Amino acid sequence: MIAKIYVKLKQDVSDPQGIAVKGALESLSFKGVRNVHVGKYFVLEMDEMDREAAGDQVSSMCEKLLANPVIEDYTFTIESNNAGEKS
Amino acid sequence: MKFGVVIYPGSNCDQDCVHVLRNVFKQDVRELWHKERDLDGCDCIVLPGGFSYGDYLRTGAIARFSPIMEAVTNYAKKGGLVLGICNGFQILCEAGLLPGALIRNRSLRFICKPVHVKVENRETAFTRFEKEILNIPIAHGEGNYFIHEDGLKRLREKDRIVFRYCGPDGDITDQANPNGALFNIAGIVNEDGNVLGMMPHPERCSEQEIGGTDGRNIFESILNTLNG
Repeated sequence: MIAKIYVKLKQDVSDPQGIAVKGALESLSFKGVRNVHVGKYFVLEMDEMDREAAGDQVSSMCEKLLANPVIEDYTFTIESNNAGEKS
Repeated sequence: MKFGVVIYPGSNCDQDCVHVLRNVFKQDVRELWHKERDLDGCDCIVLPGGFSYGDYLRTGAIARFSPIMEAVTNYAKKGGLVLGICNGFQILCEAGLLPGALIRNRSLRFICKPVHVKVENRETAFTRFEKEILNIPIAHGEGNYFIHEDGLKRLREKDRIVFRYCGPDGDITDQANPNGALFNIAGIVNEDGNVLGMMPHPERCSEQEIGGTDGRNIFESILNTLNG
């Protein structure tokens, strides 16, 4: 399975990188961007073939290492990697 | 007394701590490689500054899983004195030995300069001294302390905020806050008061020859505590 994991700072934690990127976008005349959140994106190529088991493993990985639950939220998707193997 | 200075791959203030404890304070110092599992009977453990594991993922995030951290955690839970300086503070937060987290400085810049901190609690093992304001250097990119509202409330209620960034006269203002830390927090202790995490570097100001001696107060306090 392939796990795609997104980690970003919680809404109430200030995100100085996001603020800086927003400022840079404004200075480039891109209008209408209300907020920018900068986060991390992980792609895990996993041996696990069962979607649910892979999801359980990824949740645990996020809680223990990939995200810091004090300041960050995470979401993820689990995809089958069959297509990848054939190509 | 026997001090243990933990060395992770990427630590870069470990030798400064070793030097101050060994040569300035004439103490026995063990250098503890992060792969060790035993603290060798040390009386106080120092987690030094630096960039453990290159700060990959998050500061301190990978160091907290070093083999030695299990021993450090057990030691801390039994009441052993642990001092985390800068990256050491970040590691203690990631390991859950201290609450909260250290995020990117609000300026996004790495800041290396002397600052003033006000000693808010002079009853801890680390802060039994007279001086109320310390002039002490910081050097970090991620020193912006964050904790949720209820966590801050708990810290305040139990007097666990030990150092706060202030001006030269002790005024706690936003202007004196170098990194955006919540409530100007520069250092906190755990509930039992035996684990201190601080962003400023006392080992960088423990000798007049290198610019100041305010940091000595902290090491002297530890020694006085250990010597009972």
